[in-house]
Amino acid sequence: MNNHKKRSERIAFMLFRTLGLLVVLILFWILGFIVYHGIGAISWEFLTTGPADGMTSGGIFPAIVGTLCLVAGSILFAFPLGVMSAVYTNEYAGNSWVVRFVRVMTNNLSSIPSIVFGLFGMALFVRALGFGDSILAGSLTLGLLVLPLVIRTTEEALKAVPYSYRTGSLALGATKLQTIRRIILPAALPNITTGLILSIGRISGETAPILFTVAAYFLPKLPNSIFDQVMALPYHLYVIATSGTDVEASRPVAYGTALTLILIVLLMNLLAAFLRKYFGKNVKHN
Amino acid sequence: MIKAKNVNFYYNDFHALKNIGMEIAANTITAFIGPSGCGKSTFLRLFNRMNDLIDGTRLTGTCLLRGKDIYDKSVDIDRLRKNVGMVFQKPNPFPKSIFENVAYGLRVNNMGDKKYIAQRVEESLIASALWDEVKDKLKKSAFELSGGQQQRLCIARALAVSPDVLLMDEPASALDPISTSKIEELIHTLKEDYTIVIVTHNMQQAARISDKTGFFMLGELIEFSDTKKMFLNPEKQETQNYITGRFG
Ligand SMILES: Nc1ncnc2c1ncn2[C@@H]1O[C@H](COP(=O)(O)OP(=O)(O)O)[C@@H](O)[C@H]1O
Ligand SMILES: [Mg+2]
Repeated sequence: MNNHKKRSERIAFMLFRTLGLLVVLILFWILGFIVYHGIGAISWEFLTTGPADGMTSGGIFPAIVGTLCLVAGSILFAFPLGVMSAVYTNEYAGNSWVVRFVRVMTNNLSSIPSIVFGLFGMALFVRALGFGDSILAGSLTLGLLVLPLVIRTTEEALKAVPYSYRTGSLALGATKLQTIRRIILPAALPNITTGLILSIGRISGETAPILFTVAAYFLPKLPNSIFDQVMALPYHLYVIATSGTDVEASRPVAYGTALTLILIVLLMNLLAAFLRKYFGKNVKHN
Repeated sequence: MIKAKNVNFYYNDFHALKNIGMEIAANTITAFIGPSGCGKSTFLRLFNRMNDLIDGTRLTGTCLLRGKDIYDKSVDIDRLRKNVGMVFQKPNPFPKSIFENVAYGLRVNNMGDKKYIAQRVEESLIASALWDEVKDKLKKSAFELSGGQQQRLCIARALAVSPDVLLMDEPASALDPISTSKIEELIHTLKEDYTIVIVTHNMQQAARISDKTGFFMLGELIEFSDTKKMFLNPEKQETQNYITGRFG
């Protein structure tokens, strides 16, 4: 009996470990595949010039700039809004039905397919508000898309701040707002930053929301204002992999683009991890 | 200094404090003792209105501070809490430097300029008997201090804003014996300038440091008298039983 139990324990353990390793393996396989095919395409020129020869050669500079603009724009919109909304629901609103309702709706919002956001963004920002296909419309659409993520991660970050900080601060005569600004937000900042990383990763890779709101098929010119269209890495990848002038000839460019996208996300994650560490220096909780 | 009259307090339907009356004179140390769950902390939190943070609570009766009803609508709660400091059971320094922990109350209450704040931080750390241990590392995180030092830091933090009353809820219960005796000594010296109310589950502690002791049981104030009298010659049988360790 006991032996039998031990054996099934061992088998279960091995099974879990194998599956765990398998996941890692698949991940490395994908990464390796992209690196293997893409590394040859990447050069200084590739990163700093526009596409040439019907996008079968040349670089992806405009798409990099476009993606960076969209990331910056959507974060600028979603981050303050998301953080403020999370502060409200977590610190002010208690556990009323309004808050529970907002929470359920936020979660629902995050499960809406991104193409629906794209359509909505087109209807609202591009058409109704008259922004046209533009960085503004695209950023707002992407911003809406990541808003639930920002709210949720910020809420988690605020929840992780010990309640005793709040009582400690209030007991000294601090107002609620002072407590939030001087104690709670700084203490939650490292974890909020993690949320920011996740959001950036999500935004830089999304194609559907920018399809009808900002992304240009081919536009080597860099944007002058937030009302201009831009190219963007994920959409550019989609275009040259499926409907470019010569899909076969564009293969290396496609892999190069994919690798660049991955590298950008990786770089941002590293930066954010560094910031997190930097902010977190003084805020380890007891 | 403090006066409670016919105080009843409810957590939703739970009657946590039953018809309590008490008067606490200025510059005295008053200890609350009693079995756990009898309402000591609840009663203590009435005086800086920390109970207001808990949903579904209700209070009847009056609580006066210097003759003023602290539950009056006109009372500025933040100001009240500045005047009635609190030290909690578990040390709860902020994730900031030692200096900033003590300066915090001064900053949020807009008390004085940089120079005054620095001076007040030093005075408070001296008053809480921590200065010698931290004067060379004021910029270091408060979390680098030991538990006992953290608790004295929290006391310094409360003292910095010059309160009239200091409420302490089992301030030494999470500490080792040496830190505990340091805190007790400290409380004794603070009596000169502050009115102190301390909750403790440790009867020897109450006997050692307090002038008056209140014995609570099941939400009632069974007995309230001079500490000496309470421990030598209690009036009520329940008090006698509790003090001598005979329960129920
Ligand atoms: N936040 C709360 N919500 C509901 N009941 C509470 C709360 N805090 C304390 N109580 C109840 O009130 C009674 C008194 O608690 P407390 O004042 O903490 O006792 P003590 O400090 O003497 O141990 C206990 O029965 C406890 O369960
Ligand atoms: Mg208690």
